[in-house]
Amino acid sequence: MPFSTLSEIKDRLDAGEATAVAVAKIYLDRIAAFNGDLNAFVDINPAHVLEQAEASDAYRAKHGARALEGLPIAVKDIFCTQDGPTQCCSNILKDFHAPYDAHVITRLKEAGAVLVGKTNMDEFAMGSSTETSAFGPCRNPWDIERIPGGSSGGSASAVAAALTPAALGTDTGGSIRQPASVCGITGLKPTYGRVSRRGIIAFASSLDQAGPMTRSVKDAAMIAAAISGHDSMDSTSVPDAPAIDWLGACDKTDMKGLRIGKPKEYFVDGMDTGVRAAMDTALAECEALGAEIVDISLPHTDAAVAAYYVIAPSEASANLSRYDAVRFGHRCDNPDDLTDMYTRSRDEGFGTEVKRRILTGTFALSSGYYDAYYIKAQQVRTLIRQDFIDAFKTIDVIATPTSPVTAFKLGEKTDDPLTMYLSDIFTIALNLAGLPGLSQPCGFVDGLPVGLQWIAPAWREDQILNAASAYESATDWVKAPVNFGGET
Amino acid sequence: MDIDVKKVAMLSRIRLTDEEAAELGPQLANIIGYVEQLSAVDTEGVEPIAHPHDIAMPQRVDAVTNGNRRDALQAPAPKTESGLYVVPKVIE
Amino acid sequence: MSWETVIGLEVHVQVNTKTKQFCGCSTEFGAEPNTQTCPVCLGMPGQLPVLNIEAARKSVLTGLAINADINLVSKFDRKNYFYPDLPKGYQITQFPLPIVERGYLDIPVKDGEKRIGITRIHMEEDAGKSMHEGLDGVSHIDLNRSGVPLMEIVSEPDMSCSDEAIAYLKQLHQLVCFLDVSGANMEKGQFRCDANVSVRRKGEPLGTRAELKNLNSFRFIKQAIEYEVNRQIELIEDGGEVVQETRLYDSVKGESRSMRSKEEAHDYRYFPEPDLPPLRFTQQEVDTIRAGIPELPGQLRKRFETEYGLSPYDADVLTQTRDLAAWYEALVAAHPADPKRCANWMANELLGRLKETGTDIAASPVSPQRLAGLLERIADNTISGKAAKDVLDAMMESDDDADAIIEAKGLKQVSDTGAIDAIITEIMDANPDQVAGYRAGKDKLLGFFVGQVMKASRGKANPGMVNQRLKELLKG
Repeated sequence: MPFSTLSEIKDRLDAGEATAVAVAKIYLDRIAAFNGDLNAFVDINPAHVLEQAEASDAYRAKHGARALEGLPIAVKDIFCTQDGPTQCCSNILKDFHAPYDAHVITRLKEAGAVLVGKTNMDEFAMGSSTETSAFGPCRNPWDIERIPGGSSGGSASAVAAALTPAALGTDTGGSIRQPASVCGITGLKPTYGRVSRRGIIAFASSLDQAGPMTRSVKDAAMIAAAISGHDSMDSTSVPDAPAIDWLGACDKTDMKGLRIGKPKEYFVDGMDTGVRAAMDTALAECEALGAEIVDISLPHTDAAVAAYYVIAPSEASANLSRYDAVRFGHRCDNPDDLTDMYTRSRDEGFGTEVKRRILTGTFALSSGYYDAYYIKAQQVRTLIRQDFIDAFKTIDVIATPTSPVTAFKLGEKTDDPLTMYLSDIFTIALNLAGLPGLSQPCGFVDGLPVGLQWIAPAWREDQILNAASAYESATDWVKAPVNFGGET
Repeated sequence: MDIDVKKVAMLSRIRLTDEEAAELGPQLANIIGYVEQLSAVDTEGVEPIAHPHDIAMPQRVDAVTNGNRRDALQAPAPKTESGLYVVPKVIE
Repeated sequence: MSWETVIGLEVHVQVNTKTKQFCGCSTEFGAEPNTQTCPVCLGMPGQLPVLNIEAARKSVLTGLAINADINLVSKFDRKNYFYPDLPKGYQITQFPLPIVERGYLDIPVKDGEKRIGITRIHMEEDAGKSMHEGLDGVSHIDLNRSGVPLMEIVSEPDMSCSDEAIAYLKQLHQLVCFLDVSGANMEKGQFRCDANVSVRRKGEPLGTRAELKNLNSFRFIKQAIEYEVNRQIELIEDGGEVVQETRLYDSVKGESRSMRSKEEAHDYRYFPEPDLPPLRFTQQEVDTIRAGIPELPGQLRKRFETEYGLSPYDADVLTQTRDLAAWYEALVAAHPADPKRCANWMANELLGRLKETGTDIAASPVSPQRLAGLLERIADNTISGKAAKDVLDAMMESDDDADAIIEAKGLKQVSDTGAIDAIITEIMDANPDQVAGYRAGKDKLLGFFVGQVMKASRGKANPGMVNQRLKELLKG
């Protein structure tokens, strides 16, 4: 059971072979057993989980099952929930209890899901390794000396180790896809505007998007279907977003007629040879399934990381100004005066990486530099978006590696922020363009998972799901880590 | 790139010790140095975008929807008195 | 050496919507602290703004009324600074692309009119209130006002004395009231002014300006500008230099002081608000809003002068507010025979009485119809003008119409020739010497006879008729 997919669990619940309470207990037991090794969860309230499961069983008995009835789903500590603390893995929000639920949390509750707890993450989602968490680093179940990726590392680690069958993450520059990749699971970042951002603690407003992290493509589609849709209280939630048949898009078993773009900028020298080999194999399998591989170019790819590291910190520097010790959040002891309250509370509350990003953003926006950095980055953003629009004139989806490397060791990159930033080199561009992307397992290098990234035009998650479900049906890369109860 | 990290920290209202400033200064310079590669991109005549999609502003109707939830909303506040937030004296 | 003053004004006008700019909280004034707040206007984690479209429409309406260009696409930006009454640590405002640009107002000056350019109107949100008085070492923050919609109306530096600045502000104040886009109550902070003031010697380039803040009455604005002009001139004449700074005017002390503490290293780091897409209007939507512009004070004034023959003074008084003008037109409709008499009685008598009790025209105890009833009785000589004032006094206190009061007080004027002639004959008989004198050419004695007749009639005799009959009968 623990390594079952969400849809398998759903089938068993629907068939009356299990109850939500029984399912919840399985995962609560696993969390109790393994979270000490992984630090994937930062808040868990077993009694409350069981209450929800009981309520779900009662609901099913009375009214029948909703879309996610009784299914356990964990959420990243970035989603505001009325139940339990929401801390964004930052000391500045230590013990913060939000007086509201995020829109997606409301959606999950309405669909009957059982919320398992809050997962570990890089502080304020700033990082690629879940090492900047105020609750200590999270670990990769494939090798606990290694990072689970980030920033949604806790969600990835928990799903990979089957501490929960599914989780929500958020993705600003790859924070769903890169951890999914290095933990060997599926992660979907929907089109920007598909899922409401309300109640999700903002990192970079024009880039953030929430999405599912699961053990199968169909599971991702199930959750995406539940959480997507217009929210009149998020002005960037798109009211007339083209609807898609999420589950129907996952029935593909072949790729006949599919044109897959292979961007030369993503297959460069210096890429990990194992990752390269896994990619070549994956693309060959796609061809065998009937797809046509088309060489394409996304000429402004090289500038994406630079543009991102102007835009994201700039937006973040303003988004994080609200943590000023006045209405909520950490306040230092005995402030001398107002400035002391601000500067000391924020010094004590924010970790080093968050400070680094705030300072970078403040600098990029400051007078005399704004045009050279911010405006320029926004122009480059236009060019990157145009690259994709041009490319999609001749192809249906793009396939790339999700990450240039597999999971690295804890501490390996913490001293060199810039190298860490480059972990997101393959995921960032599509956040800038607002496009959907999905990472799914496509092999192992030295026992560590490799991820295959699919990119589609805006609002065409169905094209991604077509390709990914066909690939998944023909391959067998979704594994269970041995040390966490998986079979060899 | 020489960055006055203390000034940037003050704008950001983050206290930095001298040691932190000494560490963060070069890191910041390194990051800014990296993003300077943007200057090599030809953006002549390119419109900057702030949002990934060209979407319309939603129109909220002017009707009161929120009631008084002061107690719940002030529960996370570090310090309040008689329904007011309390801060060290604001000097104008 | 003569000096020139250059003044530009930034006026913050609170838009009179029911809800805040970006959330559904009430904007009602005077509520208990922090009871009109929500996660959005408190800047809580993950909360997002949604624009109040009514506030945007009212900004467009204002723009149209100042003959400005409406930007069919405008954008919101973040202005970053830390202040305890600014919950998000940034204010949502419009910086490079505001909703309105390039308008003007014509203001009355000594020798006619002067055109004052209006650079822009942008939409933004208000901050909360910080309170310090009576508190030891702390301040209290009330965020009920946080997020209330504002229009910032920025003028060109086109005014050259405090009188022009006041004329501009009064004109603008009147305009926003007419448009019903703001309560514009200065005491409630709904119409606030910052003034940029500089001086220069005639013919020299613009001087360095100081920004005066916290000006919340026309009187203080005038005082503050005059104080600042004198301060700058004295400073320069003493060999000093004006520094660009923000100054706070203290109306009690009658002086301003530098707000250097607020100045240190300000860098607002404006950038596009990523939580809000651009605001778009179609030309058709703008045209619909334009069709809703009411007749504006200048147009009304001119129409009152030509259509009703009013003096410029009366026309001005009666067009101060939309309510006044409407009241006047209702009065004319009820008493169409003499619009000038309507104006006289409304402007001098009714408004004078209302002012004594501090009553607004909308709450006047006398309706246009009731006042018209009184004016009818003056017109048909039932009562004298003097008696009519007493009647109006009585009408202010009761619901009776003019006729009932005239009847009750016995104020009906005697206009019957027979009755008047009888009194005149009596007076002539009693004063033979004066009759002889008059007939010998002492014309001035007519006044004596008028007085005697009026006295004998206890003021009820129609004075015009008394005059006429006296002249006739005294001829002999």
